[in-house]
Amino acid sequence: MIEVKHLTKIYKTPGQEILALDDVSLQVEDGEIFGIIGLSGAGKSTLIRCINMLEKPTSGKVIINGVEITALEPHELRTARQKIGMIFQHFNLLSSRNVFDNVLFPLEIAGVPKKDAAKRVMELLELVGLADKAKAYPAQLSGGQKQRVGIARALANSPELLLSDEATSALDPQTTRSILGLLKDINKRFNLTILLITHDMNVIKETCDRVAVIAESRIVEVGRVIDIFSNPQTSTSRSFINTVVKRDIPEELLERPEGHAVSGDRRLVSVSFIGKSAGQPLISSMIKKYDVDANILYGNIDRIKDTPFGYLTLELTGPPDQIDEGLLYLKSHGLEVEVLNHV
Amino acid sequence: MFDAWMMDRVLLATWETIYMVAISTFLSYVFGLPLGVILVVSSDGHILENKAVNQVLGSIVNIMRSIPFIIFLILIIPLTRLIVGTYIGTVASIVPLTLAAIPFVARLVETSLKEIEWGLIEAALSMGANSWQIISKVLLPEALPSLTLGVAITTINLVGYSAMAGIVGGGGLGTLAYYYGYQRYENAIMWVTVIILIILVQLVQMLGDSLAAKISNRRR
Ligand SMILES: Nc1ncnc2c1ncn2[C@@H]1O[C@H](COP(=O)(O)OP(=O)(O)OP(=O)(O)O)[C@@H](O)[C@H]1O
Ligand SMILES: [Mg+2]
Repeated sequence: MIEVKHLTKIYKTPGQEILALDDVSLQVEDGEIFGIIGLSGAGKSTLIRCINMLEKPTSGKVIINGVEITALEPHELRTARQKIGMIFQHFNLLSSRNVFDNVLFPLEIAGVPKKDAAKRVMELLELVGLADKAKAYPAQLSGGQKQRVGIARALANSPELLLSDEATSALDPQTTRSILGLLKDINKRFNLTILLITHDMNVIKETCDRVAVIAESRIVEVGRVIDIFSNPQTSTSRSFINTVVKRDIPEELLERPEGHAVSGDRRLVSVSFIGKSAGQPLISSMIKKYDVDANILYGNIDRIKDTPFGYLTLELTGPPDQIDEGLLYLKSHGLEVEVLNHV
Repeated sequence: MFDAWMMDRVLLATWETIYMVAISTFLSYVFGLPLGVILVVSSDGHILENKAVNQVLGSIVNIMRSIPFIIFLILIIPLTRLIVGTYIGTVASIVPLTLAAIPFVARLVETSLKEIEWGLIEAALSMGANSWQIISKVLLPEALPSLTLGVAITTINLVGYSAMAGIVGGGGLGTLAYYYGYQRYENAIMWVTVIILIILVQLVQMLGDSLAAKISNRRR
């Protein structure tokens, strides 16, 4: 378990002080993939770099599995770091070493005997699917392959925690997906806790169990990814979700269509459904049960990690009390309902 | 005028030059390489940040580099005498050549090492590397092509310096050119010396270039 307690980081540069983290606290459970999302300059890198002390926090604590990382002596910190893997946006592979020797590097640092180390390297290269590239140099690899080497390297000393600083930001969407798939696979196989930062909501959607939204040096929202997708509490979260899920309704639709008057009420509602309820025909049973008509304006079914997640924009018409009851019916079956306008 | 005897003198002088330059290059790296490494790792924000050390060493290097070699040669005659017993001849020349090259090498090494992306150092730190591991496994190997070119530049500089040392009795091609060419007006000797120096410099540069390219290509 990782505990971050009241972490504050102030960068002192000549002439000014930059508050990069402002009293940040969070907790990451064992075996979880935890995402941190935020805009550029929000403080994501600072936060993740404080966790392995690449950056020294101004105040606050980081505790990993009971060990207070922020209180260690330099030599103790070095030993602790061997158990915290890290992968980077620009891979940071040594150009002077081939793939094999790059993965060997952390084992050399940890003083693992040569024979065991060589065996371990080959295991890891198998794991990331690059056993045939052992003799290649980083310059001969594609971005995705380089990140696979980075992942193998980060796993070499069997870490308790993997930190990922925008590991897919330099990759195309397809390669991103395959790297995220590898991370999920590793997470499952070794029950490895992964803490990743990104500015891409797709990455959160595809991989993370929980997410923290960071804006202007503070955490503004934390929760299960599914909960945040279906019921975001802050405008920052909402705008990130909008990059992935289409929620904006064209202006014209919000207005009452001219010419044909509707008897009773007309409401636009957004309905989102998660997991099991995604499979049930709730909308049609609502129409049957109540005196309500539903017109689907927009719909989409997606996945959040491994859970189906659906999203509909409906135009409901009918007597106001019937619409109200219909909506209550949907809510009682676990759907998130939000009225977008009330004409 | 250019007979077998003279031929022998030229060959001997060439050998003396190569010998002086090779040993001074080697010795200047023995001291200059660590000095350059210290200049880098003690700089602001680096793995062994230390303002005092950095500033003191940096100033010494700057002062030494701002003294023209020909003056430096004369200035350190007492030291040369102390170390070698004399200030004349090939062996004695090694002292000023080496001392003059050390700060030069330190700066070259510093420049090479500063080109390395900070991300690589950070990656090593994140794995728990200590400073020595970062220097020996990241900084130096990553900078090897550039360091190799630096050795060529240093050697070529020392070829030039050795000719200057030759004028004050340092031996090698410089002494030969000065003694026969300048004092006895034997132009042929002067030209032969110049041509040999050109060839030496070319050879060193070619060797340096091809070695650096070889290392880089292997990584490409
Ligand atoms: N070494 C530093 N010195 C001074 N200021 C810094 C330093 N590193 C980061 N900052 C500042 O701290 C703030 C947070 O930076 P940080 O790199 O953590 O943001 P980020 O969320 O990772 O952004 P990005 O998505 O662009 O990587 C920014 O205002 C940045 O300018
Ligand atoms: Mg960043």
